[in-house]
Amino acid sequence: MAALQRQPMEAVEEIVPGARSLLLRLRRPLTHREERDISGRECADPVGEAASEVEIEVDYDGEDLEEVAQLTGLSREEVVSTHTGQSWTVGFCGFAPGFAYLRGEHDRLRVPRRTTPRTRVPAGSVGLADQWSGVYPRRGPGGWQLIGHTDRTTWDLRREPPALLHPGAVVRFVDRRA
Amino acid sequence: MIVVEQTGPLALITDRGRPGLAHLGVSASGAADRTAYDLGNRLIGNPPRAAAIEVTAGGFQMSVDTLTWIAVTGAPTQVRVNATPTASHTPIVLEPGDTLRVNAPPLGLRNYLCVRGGLRCPRTLGSRSTDTLSGLGPPPLRQGDRLEVGVPSKDMPGIDLVAPNQPRKELELDPGPRRDWFTDQAWRRLIGTAWSVTNECDRVGVRLSGARLSRQVDGELPSEGLIRGAIQVPASGQPLIFLADHPVTGGYPVIAVLTRRDADHAGQLRPGDEVRFRARHRP
Repeated sequence: MAALQRQPMEAVEEIVPGARSLLLRLRRPLTHREERDISGRECADPVGEAASEVEIEVDYDGEDLEEVAQLTGLSREEVVSTHTGQSWTVGFCGFAPGFAYLRGEHDRLRVPRRTTPRTRVPAGSVGLADQWSGVYPRRGPGGWQLIGHTDRTTWDLRREPPALLHPGAVVRFVDRRA
Repeated sequence: MIVVEQTGPLALITDRGRPGLAHLGVSASGAADRTAYDLGNRLIGNPPRAAAIEVTAGGFQMSVDTLTWIAVTGAPTQVRVNATPTASHTPIVLEPGDTLRVNAPPLGLRNYLCVRGGLRCPRTLGSRSTDTLSGLGPPPLRQGDRLEVGVPSKDMPGIDLVAPNQPRKELELDPGPRRDWFTDQAWRRLIGTAWSVTNECDRVGVRLSGARLSRQVDGELPSEGLIRGAIQVPASGQPLIFLADHPVTGGYPVIAVLTRRDADHAGQLRPGDEVRFRARHRP
């Protein structure tokens, strides 16, 4: 994606990163040369734009903190220190404007989604699901395990750019009470 | 100035949407039936991205306070100027004080009420479209809303009438990115049987009921990009056609994708319709 953003192709109208894929929406069919060009683009640098690091302060008072402790075999304090003790990288955005799927450095906090999703998750809720962590940009339904909340807004139309997080950005969570 | 007198079940401001922001989780949105929206703007000499009103299942009524040209496209329907019935798919001039009403189409679902000069309201991320999934853009229209109209920039094309694009219920598709997650029997069922449009039918997507589409690959799909017209099959085995307000990524496999033209026809499907699919290319 970074290679395509640095040197855009006229035929590509939209780039949609996924967990392990890139979707290119085209304005028109590609020529053979353009197809070869895309295949040849450097994929060595997955982070792309200068890896900006964002610090997000969290109150670790989520409703599912105890459940996550049980599922991972860690104590509540260890869940928090494991969340804050690793850096998280934005893999892709989806689900809602400004919602970034964050990939951690290891699997120690890997937990399944809740069997029953909530109809209302408050904005700023910090959650875990599968190999991802994320911050809900606005109130809405959600099935992730909630471990805390932040006052940081991840989506704000009055800001330029409106999204706090973009693919490749690096996030560190900080325990506000530490 | 346009005054909204009645909205019907749902009336929204729409244009060509806000493509290019999917990497931030923002869907392109825009008119659900682009062919109809584009035609409406051309009929009254508007530039291609002029904002219009997307009317769902009729019931929309408005009045104007200055001379205003409009056109109604989409599913063929009856349009009334004051008490006089007139046709969709033709330019109509409204005198100050006139009332225009768009009745519910007998077939199909959506109409585009295009206004010469385009509707003017603040843009969000470059577009005036209402995205019903994320909430971006202006809120749905309400009774009493006053809409500003822009200044025309081009001449009228001088066309009196265009043939309406009749709603079609046999839609063309191509194999999707995860066709290989499904059995050959599932593909034959997709293109060989009739599907029923359920009540879960809105700008995000159209859920169908019918034969069960079975997978031959187990396990979860890592979330990947979606486009308008994608036919996704969730755990239920019942397909879902994504429309203009689709989420940018999805975690269920896409078995097929409608052609662009037929993705517009999908924007005219309504609950109870029977729809069939046809592969664009013979294998």
